[in-house]
Amino acid sequence: MKYFRSHILIETDEASVQQGAREVMNALKQELAKHNLDQEVNVLETGSLGFFERGVCIAVYPDDVIYGNVKVEDVSSLVSEHFLKGRPLTHLVIERSEKKNIPLGYDKRIVLENSGNIDPEEINDYLGVGGYLAWEKALLEMKPEDIVQTVKDSGLRGRGGAGFPAGIKWSFTSPIKGVQKYVVINADEGEPGTFKDRLIMEGDPHKLLEGTMIASLAVGATKAYIYIRGEYKLCINRLQRAIDQAYEYGLLGKNILESGFDLDIEIETGAGAYICGEETALIESMEGNRGIPRTKPPYPGVKGFMQNPTVVNNVETIANVPAIINKGADWYRNIGTAESPGTKVYTILGDVAVPGLCEVPMGTTLRTIINTYGGGMKKGSRFKSALVGGAAGIFLGDNMLDVKMDFHNLAEYKAVLGSGAILVINDSVNIVDMLESVIKFFRHESCGKCVPCRNGNEQLYKSVRKIKAGYAGEDELDKMLLIADTMQKTSFCALGQSLLLPVKSALDMFKDDFLSYINKKKAINK
Amino acid sequence: MNKMINLMIDGIDVKVSQDTSIIEAASSVGIKIPSLCYHQDLLPSAGCGICVVEIEGQPLPKRACCTPVYEGMKVKTNSIELRSLRKMLLEMILADHYVDCPTCISNNKCDLQDLAYIMGVKTEENAPLQTRKPIDESSVSIIRDPNKCINCGRCVTVCNDIQTVYALTTVHRGFESEINTPFSKGMAESTCINCGQCVVFCPTAALTEKTHTEQVWNELLNPAKHLVIQAAPAVRATLGEEFGMEEGSLSVGKMYAAFRKLGFNAVFDTNFTADLTIMEEGTEFVNRFTSGGTLPLITSCSPGWIKFMETFYPDLADNVSTCKSPQQMFGALVKTYYAENKNVNPKDIVSVSIMPCTAKKFEANRPEMQDSGYKDVDYVLTTREIARMIKEAGIDFAKLEDEKADDLMGIYTGAATIFGATGGVMEAALRSAYYLITKENLPSPEIKAVRGMEGIKEAIVDVKGTKVKIAVAHSLGKARELMDRIRQQIQETGKSDYHFIEVMACPGGCVGGGGQPFQSNLAARARRGEALYKEDSELELRLSHENPAVVEVYEKFLKAPGSEIAHKLLHTNYFKRDIMSGDIIEEATHKH
Repeated sequence: MKYFRSHILIETDEASVQQGAREVMNALKQELAKHNLDQEVNVLETGSLGFFERGVCIAVYPDDVIYGNVKVEDVSSLVSEHFLKGRPLTHLVIERSEKKNIPLGYDKRIVLENSGNIDPEEINDYLGVGGYLAWEKALLEMKPEDIVQTVKDSGLRGRGGAGFPAGIKWSFTSPIKGVQKYVVINADEGEPGTFKDRLIMEGDPHKLLEGTMIASLAVGATKAYIYIRGEYKLCINRLQRAIDQAYEYGLLGKNILESGFDLDIEIETGAGAYICGEETALIESMEGNRGIPRTKPPYPGVKGFMQNPTVVNNVETIANVPAIINKGADWYRNIGTAESPGTKVYTILGDVAVPGLCEVPMGTTLRTIINTYGGGMKKGSRFKSALVGGAAGIFLGDNMLDVKMDFHNLAEYKAVLGSGAILVINDSVNIVDMLESVIKFFRHESCGKCVPCRNGNEQLYKSVRKIKAGYAGEDELDKMLLIADTMQKTSFCALGQSLLLPVKSALDMFKDDFLSYINKKKAINK
Repeated sequence: MNKMINLMIDGIDVKVSQDTSIIEAASSVGIKIPSLCYHQDLLPSAGCGICVVEIEGQPLPKRACCTPVYEGMKVKTNSIELRSLRKMLLEMILADHYVDCPTCISNNKCDLQDLAYIMGVKTEENAPLQTRKPIDESSVSIIRDPNKCINCGRCVTVCNDIQTVYALTTVHRGFESEINTPFSKGMAESTCINCGQCVVFCPTAALTEKTHTEQVWNELLNPAKHLVIQAAPAVRATLGEEFGMEEGSLSVGKMYAAFRKLGFNAVFDTNFTADLTIMEEGTEFVNRFTSGGTLPLITSCSPGWIKFMETFYPDLADNVSTCKSPQQMFGALVKTYYAENKNVNPKDIVSVSIMPCTAKKFEANRPEMQDSGYKDVDYVLTTREIARMIKEAGIDFAKLEDEKADDLMGIYTGAATIFGATGGVMEAALRSAYYLITKENLPSPEIKAVRGMEGIKEAIVDVKGTKVKIAVAHSLGKARELMDRIRQQIQETGKSDYHFIEVMACPGGCVGGGGQPFQSNLAARARRGEALYKEDSELELRLSHENPAVVEVYEKFLKAPGSEIAHKLLHTNYFKRDIMSGDIIEEATHKH
């Protein structure tokens, strides 16, 4: 085996590629060759290293230095400083908090364990870190009902937002006999500020495939679909490549590993409607119809795609499955909290010093996530609120910084984990402005099927505009609450129901922001 | 198989079969849950949310229209909170609805108006949300006013699920979402076959017929014009409803009286040409049947079905009878036979037809429908339109003395009257075809196998030892099923085993047509059909070939069924249409 003294991992996720990652990679290779270092230093592609707003990032091992905002013109000085002179190019180094490695926290990662470590386009890399062992074990050593039981015992809950226990979902479909069954992976990630699924798929597509295979075996589906939003071009390419490689290695197809089990996986692309993340709307869309939610019951587990039993799971949920099969339910239960075992992937955005991606055990407090993984607040700004759970989330105030974040604890505060987006807001921002964009989003993304969601969002939008324009009285606030409450109680699906969270939390926690518009006709700090 | 479920609604024990929705279960014990988008004959669209109820043990209210019952379920249909939610939803709907009730065509017949009134909702409670959108007036039959649309989705359901025409859909999303034709090109540039079922099911006036009452009034009040009126079989069974009479009331005599009072110079009946149609179509069938012509023969009375066939099944165009519909046969005769007989200049004649149908407006405007040398039928009014005219004229319809139609084209048989119900044309045609083949009349004129509301009815009729296999389909979804079956038979064996088929575009036949009083449900349509069968049974003449006026028209003018002049005036040809726009591509048959 060839020996390299150093490895450069360059992140090539969608965002980095757009910012020139491939150009930087080529420049690096040329520069290294120029100095005859190409036999000593290896350049590899990998998934996201976990930093946002930092341009193209590269990691150098074993030195464990991460550079950000690397441009083609930096490459020659980077090579000469780091690899010839042996000292980091300090102005590009991403300063992490005191404990150097924590933002990446590889030791605690499950879903993202390989992301940023291996080449996502190489099945051999995945096999090299123990990939597809769980698939082999499930296929050759376990019965479908054992797999369902293991996942049930692990307490794995759906990471798409609602937190429904995955094993229980599977147990509805698994016993149904004599019909074609399907597994559908919901990769139609559309929650504002959320792109964890994209980074999981871009960084480690084989893990998602392995989870999908195990889920299909468990519920007896011989056909699985991955429904990805069409804008996720790189995900689609990498997953397709991964699927092709899996077929080539005999991990998919007919009579897999001579087990007698057949499975095909296919990618379906969505057209970008937010509502198609709702599982029944997603199924409608897959069937070629307009993406609007169906009446439940019957649930998809009984009558889903083409009226056949269909299990729909989120990407992050399924990416947990291989580790659960490999290491067992008890191991999984030891991570996180009793009601919500395992880890959660968050995207930390907004006014933090190091916006980024992190995977932490369930129950980690918001304060820890912001301070440790987000590097604290941006210089000179003070924490005001965090919008947790995406647009359909809740505005948390500083009194809730120490709440343990998991499904159960947040529910006690009438909050949700949602998609895992954490948008940190500094105290110069008026929450009314934030709320306006949240409502605007839902106003646009409502499918239009039901009155409370379609017309209610428009009413809310009109109200918030009226408040901002200074034409509203305090009674407008009661009216907003009443509308949001009606929407929650009468909307057909979760889209319209979830508006109450941001509206009510904004009104409860930040009423002064509204009053500042109403009384002074302008925001406090503007 | 049909497991029974016990539940409790508002403290009343209810027992219903499983898969029943809460709203149906409640209705079975006489509890009416307020609702707006729900319609008993359609799958719930679950849009409005008005029908929310509380279910014990469930955190949020549920829609009664689409929530199935379960054992032990406890439902509360009213509470302070439910009332407040319903009112709030109604306010939201009204805020996005163009409220012009006094001049609205649906005034006093509007579900939204009713509900807002009953629940005491004020229109000014919520800020208006609406920006006015353009009205789609492209179609000759149907107007779509998006400003009055409440997005209930009934029209989309009936157009797509029941009629399988796919002319209506929801476009865009969010608050911009609206019901429109695919690609928003307008009704005229869609597959719309003008059946008007969307109009009948619309709870407001977002879909209405294109009205021609103004034009007809102007003609009526012009002394230089000679106005002739015909009324379709099904109108006599529904016109009374517009004046508060019970569903299924027959009002033939009052109808003629009202027409005269309005000022029509000649009051005739489409039933006359329905009998004539039987003579022509019956002859055509007998010819095809006995000389190995293209079979099955499919009826051609329903203009919605004709456009549907031209769009989706042009390959079966040769199977469709070349006979014009009774309306158009009538139109062609008025400006020839009647004009000669009465010595009136055909260019002064204004020919008006009263139809249960919106597609008849389209049919009358087809360019080929000018065989008299003039536009055969000048104006088509629906049952609803003529009712408005009668009201405007101050005529107290219910108190009118019965009158008779004028002789020349006003005499009809029971065979003609049942044209208005599904299966009626088939039954009438068999009565005469039997005679044409055997020179004897059927032992009993009633053929019960083709009556009733079942979607596809089939029978084998014994014509003195010869078996004739017939089928009757109503609603275009059922017609599609039947046509697919025929197409498959032809593909597999070269021929179909059916001989004669009746298709009506609307569920229930013409009594359920798109021009009939708003919101007719299937049960009401069945009652209207019964009224027609009752009239048939009470009439002395029940066989088309025994109609003396028909005998006379052949003797004096048309010579014989299928003669050259009959072909010129009473038969037509068909086209192949584009499946997206409904535009004519080419001729599918050639005029004989």
